[in-house]
Order: sequence, then C-alpha cells, then structure tokens
Amino acid sequence: MLPSTSMRLPTGLALTSAVSDSVAVTAEHNLNTKMMLDRVSVLYNTFTAVADVNLPIYTNKISAIIGPSGCGKSTLLRALNRMNDLVPAARLKGAVSLDGEDIYAANVDVVEIRRRVGMVFQRPNPFPKSIYDNVAYGPRLYGDLKKADLDEMVERSLKRAALWSEVKDKLKQSGMALSGGQQQRLCIARAIAVEPEVILMDEPCSALDPVATLKIEELMQELKADYTIVIVTHNMQQAARVSDYTAMMMMRPDRAGEMIEFDVTTKMFTRPKDKRTEDYVTGRFG
Amino acid sequence: MNTLQPRHLKRSTTHEQGRRVVNVVMLGLTGLMTLIALAPLAWILIEVLRRGSGALSVSFLTDTFKPTSLGGGGIWHALVGTGILIGLAAVFSVPVGILTAFYVSQHPNTTLGLAVRFGTDVLSGLPSIVVGLFVYTLVVRGQGYSALAGSLALAILMLPIVVRTTEEMLKLVPKSLREGSLALGAPEWKTSFSVLLPAAMTGVLTGLMLAVARVAGETAPLLFTALGSNNLSTALDKPIASLPLVLFKYAVDPSKVRNAQAWAIALIIVTLVLALNIGARLITLWRSKMLQ
Repeated sequence: MLPSTSMRLPTGLALTSAVSDSVAVTAEHNLNTKMMLDRVSVLYNTFTAVADVNLPIYTNKISAIIGPSGCGKSTLLRALNRMNDLVPAARLKGAVSLDGEDIYAANVDVVEIRRRVGMVFQRPNPFPKSIYDNVAYGPRLYGDLKKADLDEMVERSLKRAALWSEVKDKLKQSGMALSGGQQQRLCIARAIAVEPEVILMDEPCSALDPVATLKIEELMQELKADYTIVIVTHNMQQAARVSDYTAMMMMRPDRAGEMIEFDVTTKMFTRPKDKRTEDYVTGRFG
Repeated sequence: MNTLQPRHLKRSTTHEQGRRVVNVVMLGLTGLMTLIALAPLAWILIEVLRRGSGALSVSFLTDTFKPTSLGGGGIWHALVGTGILIGLAAVFSVPVGILTAFYVSQHPNTTLGLAVRFGTDVLSGLPSIVVGLFVYTLVVRGQGYSALAGSLALAILMLPIVVRTTEEMLKLVPKSLREGSLALGAPEWKTSFSVLLPAAMTGVLTGLMLAVARVAGETAPLLFTALGSNNLSTALDKPIASLPLVLFKYAVDPSKVRNAQAWAIALIIVTLVLALNIGARLITLWRSKMLQ
C-alpha cells in the first residue's frame, strides 16, 4: 500500500474552477489526500447521473457533499465503495483512487475495498439479530476470532459509537428493538468494527429527530480523529456544523449532476464563489 | 346550493330506488354463490367428523395392522410411514428449493432465472400421477418399490411450493439489509445465508408447512412408488405404508370395520392439513406484527 501523499494533480485535465479550488485548498492547508475522484462520471445505461467530478477526500477530515435532491450526491458517494456495482446498468468513467490506488482496477477485490471504505445508510438498517451479533458480523467475516477478542472488539466499537452505556446490559436483545437514533449508532458501530479507513455516510440523520441528529453529529467529530469521513446531506446547516470541506453539486439542464464548487466549509458558507452556491446556502432555493 | 339540494334529492328518488333493488339483488346473489362455494367444504368437514370420529381411539393410533377378525388393529405403521415419507421429501426439497429461490430472487431477469420461474409454475400444475410415473420408471423399475422412491415423488411435488414461497419471502426482506451486509465487505453468499435467510425464516417455514400440507394427502404418486405395506417399517429401501394409501385400501374394502377406519384416517389427514394451514396463517400474522 502506498503511503498517502499530498494530492497529485489529475493528469491531462483542464482545470475547472472546482479543481483549481481543491488544488488551492490542498496547497494552502498541507493536507493528505485519502481518496481522489478524477473526472468521475456515473452512467445508468445511457443516462449520465454524475458528470466529470473531480474531488479530493482529505485524510481525517469530514467532507460534506451538498446539493438539491436528485443531483447525484448519493450516486457519487456510492462510487467510493463500489456500491454502484450492485446496479447492473451502472457504469463508471474516470478514476477513483484510495491511497493512490485505483479502486476500479481489474485486479482489485471489491470486498477488500468495502472493508476499507465503510458505509452508513440513510435509514438505519440493523440486521434482525442481537446487538452483539450486529457489531460482530463484520469482524466474523474476516477470520476466526476468539470469543474474548470478539467481545472486546464489540465493546470497543460500541463505545466508539457512543452507544455502549445504553446497551451494555442488553447485548443479547434484537438490534431492531432500539430507537431510531440508537439503531443508527449501532450501524456506525457495526461499520467501525471492521476497522475501515474511510466511513461514508449517506444522509445518516434524515430519518432521525433533532436530539438523535445532534448525537450523531457529535460522534462524527470524535470519529474524525481516526477515520476519514464523507457525508452526503441536503441539510445545509448540518454540513456547516460538522464538515471541514464542502462540495456543492447541482443538476445540469440534461439532469446530470455536476460539482460546481469545492472549498473549506467556512469559506463556502460565508463567501461562496458561485452564484448558485450562494443562492442555495442562503436558502433562496433548494 | 342549499335551495337546490332538496329538489335534486327528490328528483333522483326513483333512480335511487331502482339502484337499491339491484344492489340488494346482487348482494344476495354473490352471498348465495359464496355459500354454495363454501358448502362442499363444510359438508366434507361435517361428514368426515361424523363418520370418522366413531372408529377413532388411542389404540387406533398406536396399534399396527391386524386382520378384521382381530378387531382391525390401528394405523401406527401408516403414521410412521407418512412421517418418514414427508420428512425425507422435505430433506430433499428444502435445500434445493431454498438455494433455487436465492438464485431466482437475485437474478430474476437472467435466462436461467426466467426458466426456473416458468419451470416451477409448470411443475406446480403437473398432475401428481405423472410425477409418480416418472419416479416409477426412473427408480422403481430398477430398484423396486421403496420409501425412498415415494419420498422422491413427494419431494418433486413440494419443490415448486418451497421455491415460490421462499422467493416471495426473500423479496419482502428490505433491500437495505442486503446493502448493509455487502457494504461491510461480506460476500454475496454470506449475505444470503447470514442476513437474508434468517430475516425470511418465518416465511420459509410457512412455505414448508404449506408444501407439507399439499403432499400429506397425496395418494396417486405413492401407489406405484412407496406401494404401501401392512407392516411397521422404517427401512428406506422397502415398501412403506402411508395414511392416504391405507385410506384408499380400507375405503374399497367390503368390511364395514375397514370403511369406518378409512373415515377415521380421513379425519386425521384433514386435521393435519387444517392444522398446518392454520399454523402457517398464524406464523404469517405474527411475522407481519413483528415487522410493524
């Protein structure tokens, strides 16, 4: 595995404003790039859902992808752990790299990619199993662990997901019996248990009440010390609260999603460069 | 508007009356037809209960075959035989059926997927005697009559039911569970067995119960495969007794004792099938409550 180095410029590429944004940001903050999207387009048959996106994902930072519904945010996110592979009609152009390696290369094991790039979904989706078995599911996939090791792993993951104190006495109970917010934290614990490097979150709070949302947001701040996080949200306040970097997506007239701006979150929300970003973040539409 | 309404109502009264009459007639007609449709079932149940309960006793269940001169004995051998036949048929059909259902539910639009779906439809409509003939020609001609041959015939009849119900139940498992598992780096087969199957388990059980209920009373395919026997046997390579076969034999027997015993067997089979159907309903009900 190559050590992650500072971002390399996508080769042979006309500098769109978004790319020059990211180059400027990278140089200015001396950041490490965990993942890199290089002219990524995602097509469903002939329909282009995401067009020509260039986006760096910085190590141990929270990157938010925002934009109106249907602009391809989730599709773009799912390109990062190859979940789009599950849709037979989906096709990807361009390159997505993880630590400098192309995750769509022919010899790459998709299972390995998904282990390194975990995912938390829009609706909490705990398995109909006990809380313990939900968290232990991932580690059990990767070899025979001793009971004691597994116990420790489950406890560590649940603690990391700020759920341990609430469930430590009922680990045998079904994960489905928890509240929505607890279920989502269980799903985060489940994702953490396989020790990924990147965690993708697809509108993780859209099915939760404000209190549960706050808990998840606090959790994200703690997690970024160890993980690189990418969150898709159409809640702009959330993006402003939790993220370090923000990518703004918009639908083109041909319905393809494109990235129109990328910047440090605080800049993006105070001094957006693009008029459309400004209109969106100030709530003039969307 | 208010001034118009009474006149409007008044004017439509005759139409209204005509419509009401038609309504009542149609309601009566559909109700009557429903009763006619239900009548045979009720009649059969009443008749089976009336004629079958006479010969029913504990010793009838626990004794094996005896000649009528010795009181006629019981049907323990047939109960054991039916148990073995159905149990073995389930062992054959359930693994094949569940794996097939996984394939079809995950690759519904492939050539093989469509072929399997069409095939199970045809298979479930196939007359059971044809299945019997098939097994007779393939197995019995060479190996002789046996419990194994009988259960093979029943397994073929159970298979389409197991496949279709399991497939339907797998379809009901939320897509997000499959994605959740795959996103953790689980391979497809692991996802199927560790997440999808447990989530669909109650449904699969329901399908199995319905499949058992379907074949519990099958007689035609057993006539020339399991053959039937008056002895208590658990050997899989020998002919074996079964409830419907004994029922058939006793029903056409000239002895009044045997005729009464045939009705008692009918009562047992009907009770079994009814219990399985009610059980399946209860499981489905319980499941839908759990998912809410």
